[in-house]
Amino acid sequence: MLDVRALRKVYEGHGRHVEAVRDLTFSLDAGELVCVVGPSGCGKTTLLKCVAGLLEPTSGEVVLRGQRVTGPPPGTAVVFQEYGRSLFPWMRVRDNVELPLRQKKHVTKARRRELVEHALHAVGLDDTAGAYPWQLSGGMQQRVAIARAVAYEPEVLLMDEPFAAVDAQTRADLEDLVRRLWQELGVTVLFITHDIDEAVYLGERVVVLSSSPTVVQEQLTVDLPARRDHLHTRADPRFTQLRTRVYEEIQAAKRGGGVGGAVAPPQPLDKMP
Amino acid sequence: MTRAAVNGGPSDVRRRGAGRGNALLGLAGLCGFLALIEALPRLGFVSPDHLPPTSSIAAALAEETSDAAFWTALGDTLTGWALGLLIATAAGITAGMVISIVPYLREATASTVEFLRPIPSVALIPLAVLLFGTDLRSTLLLVVYAAFWQVLVQVLYGVQDTDPVAEETARSYGLGTWARIRHVLWPTALPYVMTGVRLAAAVSLVLAITAELVIGAPGLGARIAVAQTSHAVPDMYALVAVTGLIGVLINAGARAVERRSLAWHQSVRGEVSP
Repeated sequence: MLDVRALRKVYEGHGRHVEAVRDLTFSLDAGELVCVVGPSGCGKTTLLKCVAGLLEPTSGEVVLRGQRVTGPPPGTAVVFQEYGRSLFPWMRVRDNVELPLRQKKHVTKARRRELVEHALHAVGLDDTAGAYPWQLSGGMQQRVAIARAVAYEPEVLLMDEPFAAVDAQTRADLEDLVRRLWQELGVTVLFITHDIDEAVYLGERVVVLSSSPTVVQEQLTVDLPARRDHLHTRADPRFTQLRTRVYEEIQAAKRGGGVGGAVAPPQPLDKMP
Repeated sequence: MTRAAVNGGPSDVRRRGAGRGNALLGLAGLCGFLALIEALPRLGFVSPDHLPPTSSIAAALAEETSDAAFWTALGDTLTGWALGLLIATAAGITAGMVISIVPYLREATASTVEFLRPIPSVALIPLAVLLFGTDLRSTLLLVVYAAFWQVLVQVLYGVQDTDPVAEETARSYGLGTWARIRHVLWPTALPYVMTGVRLAAAVSLVLAITAELVIGAPGLGARIAVAQTSHAVPDMYALVAVTGLIGVLINAGARAVERRSLAWHQSVRGEVSP
């Protein structure tokens, strides 16, 4: 469905040469929910922008449904971390959600209205269609951004640290919302985060990135039950095991090695959480 | 969150109350000013030939307003102003958008704009006379030249202010160039455009009156010149007061339009930005 092959991105300019991403290869099956987690500054956002067709890779490629991505591919929706800047303050919530649909020529006006209503209902914002985004709380604004993505009926949903700027309680709710929407819509989700707990709680699989120069450090299948909730899933011993494993990988990544590999450095087990 | 809606909240009411108080104070100040003008010539501080008292200016104004020629002159001035402003605004917005959107055009035009912009429009008076004589077109040339740069520069700044996240959002949802102009660039630039048009409206009036005064194109300016040469000093002052009133009305009108069209903008929506 979605293949990232030997992706490399180097930023050049102002006499600087920054290799944001060195060599990333991984793939997503249709309908999968994959979380990408990595230490800060490892080029997660660069990766997402390349996948979204907003940034051209220096080498390597992103292939979506057998087509090489050269610009924003149709059927892909992006939810950005900066909801306040991603929503247009001059449009009411309804118009914000509807705008991408108006670019789809075959969608009739009645159908558009239906999709907008349904999407706002799905994220629990039935009564805010007439409000401006800046009249809503941060969590609600991010819900609007998610509704906009949902109304677009994407096959692929890309999320770039969408909950990094909301409070913990709101964040837990929004995580459940993402899992519910994913299950209901059967959409393929690539979710980028720096939060290990979030990655394990949400994902069916977690791709761990190394620190810069960035490569794929490890891929873990999350074999937690499909139905998850914050109370029980987070208390599940398997959840703890998985998050410890991801944590170890990230610590190893920071030191530039691998866990369990031939070159694995000794693990400071006493410092594990 | 600090971004919660506070429209119509207590701070709003307080602001409105303060506004009424300020308006009363402003009115009192104006009355004082008019009284001063009445008093100065009467008390012999200045010659009534140079500054007639308010009452005789008012009488002259009343006389003017009963003269059909005054209304024609007013109409001519407003026509020159409005037409010039309209042309300058349309041209400024179009040019600004094209320069902003076409790659490298902004860099290529920057130095030329910086050279042409500071040329005072009045320096073009000889050219205007040469080309159009005392026609309305002379006025238009000066007005358009002065107002165009005001709008253009604001559009250039405004489009540059586009949020990269908003732009990426639009691109990722497949908005084409035209849709991005309409839904992202234009609304972002709109507050700047409004400022530009408001400044241009004021400058346009200055240039319209100047053209009429100096070139003799028909309008209030030409009528002021006639009043001066025929030594009708109170009439001259009355006409000057009319130009001032037009300026006030233009500014108030521009602000009203600005507030209506920018209700979503943080400068208008009346709340503390986070």
